[in-house]
Amino acid sequence: MRAVPLAYSLRNLWTRRLTTVLTAGGMALVVFVFAAVLMLDQGLKDTLVATGAVDNAVLIRRGSGTEIQSGIERAQIGIVEAQPQVALGAGGTALASREVVVLIGLAKRGAPDSVANVVVRGVGAVGLSLRPQLRITEGREFRPGSDEIIVAHNIRRRFEGADLGQTLSFGGRSWRIVGLFDAGGSGFDSEVWGDADQFMQAFRRNGYSALVVKLNDPEAFDAFLLGIESDPRLTVEAKREPVFYADQSQAMSTFLTVLGLALSIIFSVGAVIGAMITMYAAVAARVGEIGTLRALGFRAGGVLLAFLLESLLLSLVGAAVGLAAASLLQTYTVSTMNFQSFSELAFGFRLTTAIVLKTLAFSLVMGLAGGLLPALRAARMNIVEALRAA
Amino acid sequence: MSEAPAVRLVEVHKAYRRGAQRVPVLAGITFDIAAGEFLALMGPSGSGKSTLLNLIAGIDQADSGDVIVAGENLARLPERLLADWRATHVGFIFQFYNLMPVLTAYENVQLPLLLTDLPRRERRAHVEHALSLVGLADRMSHYPNELSGGQQQRVAIARALITDPPLIVADEPTGDLDRESAADVLHMMQALNRELGKTIIMVTHDQRAADHAHSIMRLDKGVLWSNPDDAAAVQPAGQG
Ligand SMILES: Nc1ncnc2c1ncn2[C@@H]1O[C@H](COP(=O)(O)OP(=O)(O)OP(=O)(O)O)[C@@H](O)[C@H]1O
Ligand SMILES: [Mg+2]
Repeated sequence: MRAVPLAYSLRNLWTRRLTTVLTAGGMALVVFVFAAVLMLDQGLKDTLVATGAVDNAVLIRRGSGTEIQSGIERAQIGIVEAQPQVALGAGGTALASREVVVLIGLAKRGAPDSVANVVVRGVGAVGLSLRPQLRITEGREFRPGSDEIIVAHNIRRRFEGADLGQTLSFGGRSWRIVGLFDAGGSGFDSEVWGDADQFMQAFRRNGYSALVVKLNDPEAFDAFLLGIESDPRLTVEAKREPVFYADQSQAMSTFLTVLGLALSIIFSVGAVIGAMITMYAAVAARVGEIGTLRALGFRAGGVLLAFLLESLLLSLVGAAVGLAAASLLQTYTVSTMNFQSFSELAFGFRLTTAIVLKTLAFSLVMGLAGGLLPALRAARMNIVEALRAA
Repeated sequence: MSEAPAVRLVEVHKAYRRGAQRVPVLAGITFDIAAGEFLALMGPSGSGKSTLLNLIAGIDQADSGDVIVAGENLARLPERLLADWRATHVGFIFQFYNLMPVLTAYENVQLPLLLTDLPRRERRAHVEHALSLVGLADRMSHYPNELSGGQQQRVAIARALITDPPLIVADEPTGDLDRESAADVLHMMQALNRELGKTIIMVTHDQRAADHAHSIMRLDKGVLWSNPDDAAAVQPAGQG
């Protein structure tokens, strides 16, 4: 089928640019919300997945769900560390970090009355070396067996008294900050780290929260898991570290996507109606042109396509503006409650090619929905009546 | 005169429905228009001139009877094929020019060529030639609102002849023009008829315009009358 030239659709949009801008603006708003939600979800996933290394396994008490709620007895720790798939370090000791994870309340910077939960993680001697993404940027590592702690940059930025050289009080003791770290955008970027055994005493714990072990080989995980699950003495569950943290984000991710998509869909109804009104007006204003095009020999389908194209172009303008605005969000960091641990977690908006494509598809669907009925009206017009109306 | 007629109408009926009422417009029209004819169609307002022209141009369908144009019985063509047929067989000239306001003179004239397989380079040559024929070679990149009424109608004439159709229909082509522009347009239509051999059917209210045609037919009360002053009215005058 021969199409009406693209210039016809484009220039008509340009001719009524105020209407075009307003209609595309409505669509841009929806596109912005839609893209922002996907970007936030992506940022959350990236953050939590970056928290883990594939050759690490995390073990917590079966059914406890999170490290905070978990407790593992010392006897079980020994059995896990003795599994043949666990890598050995210098001197033949297992590369395993026995960890204690607790929540403490810290006063927010600039708002001392407002307290938020922060994850405090006590790690074993190899705890730091099992997480190569964690880098000390100022100061130094804490010494094992001491009251020294290191603090993530995000925590230093957002909480009172969390700077290098200052002390934080929790668990009935004071802890000296000797280093600041950056954990490459992972979940550890919202934590305070110190010596596990010191924290055990301070918080009067007699079991560890979690055990993190390094495997000989990432492929050895299945065998390791089988060994853990088939041992009747063990009441722990094991996951690969990235999977463990991704699972932690599931509830929030679902919440974000459901809420965000619900909002997008409600808004998009408005934008689609806006586009429909605009396109009906465009058809009504060009009845004579439609009659003329048909008289000249353009088929009904060609006219349908021309108006559909106009509506799709309109939605593409909206998509471009909405995406451009959404991409600016990448410079923001969001800190929000992690529902699973009830601690603060900082993460950003991440724009990916997949999100761009999804957003484009979403806006084209809006353009199609808004343009179809008006375009059908244009295509079904009686030629003689259309020409008389001119 | 052994040539097949360009247009043959046989017992053509057409009525419009206005609510429950049926308004007959054409009541059994039968006549031929020879190839190469330049016919003026006159008659009072509401007599059905436009209706008749639209049937011949293939943008409307008769209730009964045959409309045979360039050998094709239009009633038998489904709308899709009728559109293709119009693109190659009929050139339209309207009272209010009906140019696309967002397209330049060049693009407006090119529009019907986009329905052909002609490559861009040849399209360009055709459009430039057509615009120079109507004396607007220097106005190719102008938009309709940058042209006078007479110039717009000349662009429309270029558009009507661009695909070299055998038939050109014009519904009051000078109805919106001052006398001088009207004379220009009529001379151009005469040239199309004489030099390019186009069959032209022109609806007009203006006797002066009708005088440019070979013959005049009058439509009144749904019936065609040949003009008593114009002996050759129904019998086509042939090549001028
Ligand atoms: N779509 C329609 N619905 C109802 N009646 C119509 C329709 N189109 C035309 N008519 C009627 O048909 C008759 C003939 O109309 P037509 O437009 O052919 O007249 P005309 O001779 O071209 O008139 P004019 O000189 O004013 O242009 C008129 O009475 C008109 O009201
Ligand atoms: Mg008329």
